[in-house]
This record gives sequence, structure tokens and C-alpha cells, in this order.
Amino acid sequence: MTRVTDDIIIRAVARVIMPFIQIYALYVIMHGHHSPGGGFQGGVILGASFILYLITHGLEDAKKRMSELKAGLFSSFGLLIYSGIGLLCLIMGSNYLDYGRLSTLLKVIPAQARSLGILGVEIGVGIAVMAVMFSIFFDISTGGVVPEDEQELETGDE
Amino acid sequence: MSVLHLTSIPFLLGGFFFFFTATVGLLRFPDFFCRLHATGKGDTLAVLLSLIGLSIYEGFSFTSLKILFIAVFMFLAQPTSTHAISRAAMRCGLEPWTKKMEKKNDSNL
Repeated sequence: MTRVTDDIIIRAVARVIMPFIQIYALYVIMHGHHSPGGGFQGGVILGASFILYLITHGLEDAKKRMSELKAGLFSSFGLLIYSGIGLLCLIMGSNYLDYGRLSTLLKVIPAQARSLGILGVEIGVGIAVMAVMFSIFFDISTGGVVPEDEQELETGDE
Repeated sequence: MSVLHLTSIPFLLGGFFFFFTATVGLLRFPDFFCRLHATGKGDTLAVLLSLIGLSIYEGFSFTSLKILFIAVFMFLAQPTSTHAISRAAMRCGLEPWTKKMEKKNDSNL
């Protein structure tokens, strides 16, 4: 169980720099295909900003922003984007993740279609990595105790 | 050698000097808090000076703007992390070093 800090300096600075960390993460994801970076690195930075929130503001506040259930849904959603784009290429009649064939669907030249396709894949990877990073840290900080979200779900089903 | 290169030299040399003093402090000071004091202050100033020097060397461009963003981030994040580490050490019950403590330890030895 993490202990919440009551220190005003750490909380204030964390609150100030968190949006900039997230903007930087989006920059790394967006520039992945023509500069160093990419979906995984940007996703890790994005996950680190949420982990910073969890460390500075405590487990209860972090749960309101991003619960374990939401993290699981986001990781599945990111994987769905990735595999969906891959399968779309397959449906259009080329290899898995061969974005060139998407040009007829997007109405652009094949080179642009490749650029857009890999951007979409990297966004999916970024979302999945962010959610998985947060969920791993969530599991570590709760110490293996069953989160309340799942308990509520179980009682709700009954 | 243009004017930009010449102006960046004092900043870079200042950065090297403060990195050096911070490292000497880290190696020579007696306990955790003193070492944190030396590296926290020295490294922040050294990183700031080095990055400003590099951005001047680069000239007026988008790259130098990015380097200045890194400098601002360092200026915010580094003192805060130093503060967090020292506060955590204080809460864990690590006692700051005093001259008296050293004498006591010597007599124990």
C-alpha cells in the first residue's frame, strides 16, 4: 500500500509538470515514424505520468481518474486498434499490416497510406502500453489485494 | 568562430565546473543529506548552464527551443526530486550528521 504524501511542494510540482509529460508523450508517439521514438516509448511516458499521479495523490484519487477496470479496457482497446488495422489490410487483400493497400480506402497515394497506417498502429500500441504500465504499477502498489472495482462488479452481477 | 560559439563557451565551462564540484561533494561529504545537498544544487545549476550554452551554440532554431524546454523541466523536476528523497530519508529516521556523532562513532570503534 502506498502512503499518500501531504507535502505541498511535491504535489504542486507534480500537478504542474504532468500535462507537459503527457504532451511530450503524444509528441513521441506522433513523431515515431520519422524520428526516434514510437508507440512503445510514448506509451511508457504516458503511463509514467499516471504513475506520478498515483505516487503523489494516492491510490484513492488515482482510482477516480483511472481504475484497474478502465486500464484493462484501455489495454484491450489499444490492441484492438493494432490488430484491427492489421486485419483491415488483410481484408483489403494484402498481407497483415501491409498498409499500402489502405490507399483505396483512405483515398490517398500508397506512400501516404503507409504513413497514416503506421501512425494508427503506433497510437494503438501507445494506448495499450500506457494502460498495461499503469495496471502493473497498480497491482504492485495494492500488494495483491483484490481491488474494489472487481468486488463491486461481482456483487452487481448477483 | 562566430559570436554565438564564443558566448556559449563560458556557459559550457561553468556547467563543467559545477558538475565537477557536485561530484567532488558527492565523493567527499560525510553523510546522505550533505551529499544530496551538493548534488542537488550543483547538478541543477550545471545542467541548466550546459543546456543554455548548447542552445546558444545551436543558434535561434526549433532545436534550441526544445533544449530550453528541457532546461525548464530540469529546473522544476530536479529540486523537487531532491526534496522528495531527502524528506523520505528524514521520515525513515536517518539522522543528519554532526561532529558529535562522529566522535561517538570513533569512541565506539
